[in-house]
Amino acid sequence: MPHDHHDHDHPHALLPPDPALRVKALETVLTRKGLIDPQALDAIIDTYENRIGPRNGADVVVRAWTDSAFKQALLQDATAVVSKLGYYGRQGEHMVVVENTDQTHNMIVCTLCSCYPWPLLGIPPAWYKSDAYRARAVREPRKVLSDFGVSLPEDTAIRVWDSTAEIRYLVLPQRPPGTEDMSRTDLMSLVTRDSMIGTGLARSPDKAGP
Amino acid sequence: MTRPDPVFSEPWHAQVFALTVHLNETGHFAWPDWAAAFSKTLAANGLSKELDGGDDYFTAWLQTLEGFLDQAGMTDGAEVAQIKKAWETAYLTTPHGAPVKLPG
Repeated sequence: MPHDHHDHDHPHALLPPDPALRVKALETVLTRKGLIDPQALDAIIDTYENRIGPRNGADVVVRAWTDSAFKQALLQDATAVVSKLGYYGRQGEHMVVVENTDQTHNMIVCTLCSCYPWPLLGIPPAWYKSDAYRARAVREPRKVLSDFGVSLPEDTAIRVWDSTAEIRYLVLPQRPPGTEDMSRTDLMSLVTRDSMIGTGLARSPDKAGP
Repeated sequence: MTRPDPVFSEPWHAQVFALTVHLNETGHFAWPDWAAAFSKTLAANGLSKELDGGDDYFTAWLQTLEGFLDQAGMTDGAEVAQIKKAWETAYLTTPHGAPVKLPG
């Protein structure tokens, strides 16, 4: 029977769901054995909830849009370039940036689990981890793109990159036209998370939200 | 930019994620080994129903971690079950609003 979260007459503390209790049990056992530091767990959660997210990726994209030497270096060795900016993989993975052009549109997926460029995009959204996306991105990428509201010219090739525990990809979206005079901050607002996964395009300046 | 979705939809999703990352960072296992085990669980769980990437994703994550720790001899299934039971009792006997703690 589900607990009613608004029931103030509860005589005892609300019992967390079963998996939450299983996690608590693991934590307790490992802490008692001295194998983990509970404070380190809080720090990791804080990092992923508040410090790491798609703004990191947008920063890299805007640098690439505005500095061609940076872009060349990024496409050649993304791991080294983004590490210098402080965006390094905590799991020791290799980063690869793939550039969208008029001829080729890139999309990323992890068909086996949910490998994702955490340092640049944070934690993946639920749809990225779903069976549906993981299966369909490779099989019918154009249909998946259209579900995301993206339609590309027929002659634009779509290339799908399958991430692994060792290699994570980031898409470098095309810079929208009419953005030549925009500031870095304004440019960053055009770079959405989905545009860096390849399931979206960078926003047009006239459609940019606040 | 529009307001982003919450990173973790349930507190325990965040806890099990952080626990795994911490154990990796402190050298208890290599990330590719973790990813391989996790992929296996996802594939097995996906046979019976289509996973939506939400709660079922973290359920698979937890399942993998439990098996992983057990195999590595870092935890013992019976001990974990006993501590889980103790937490359950603690929740059910702690007055609402008071911090829940294990006895002892």
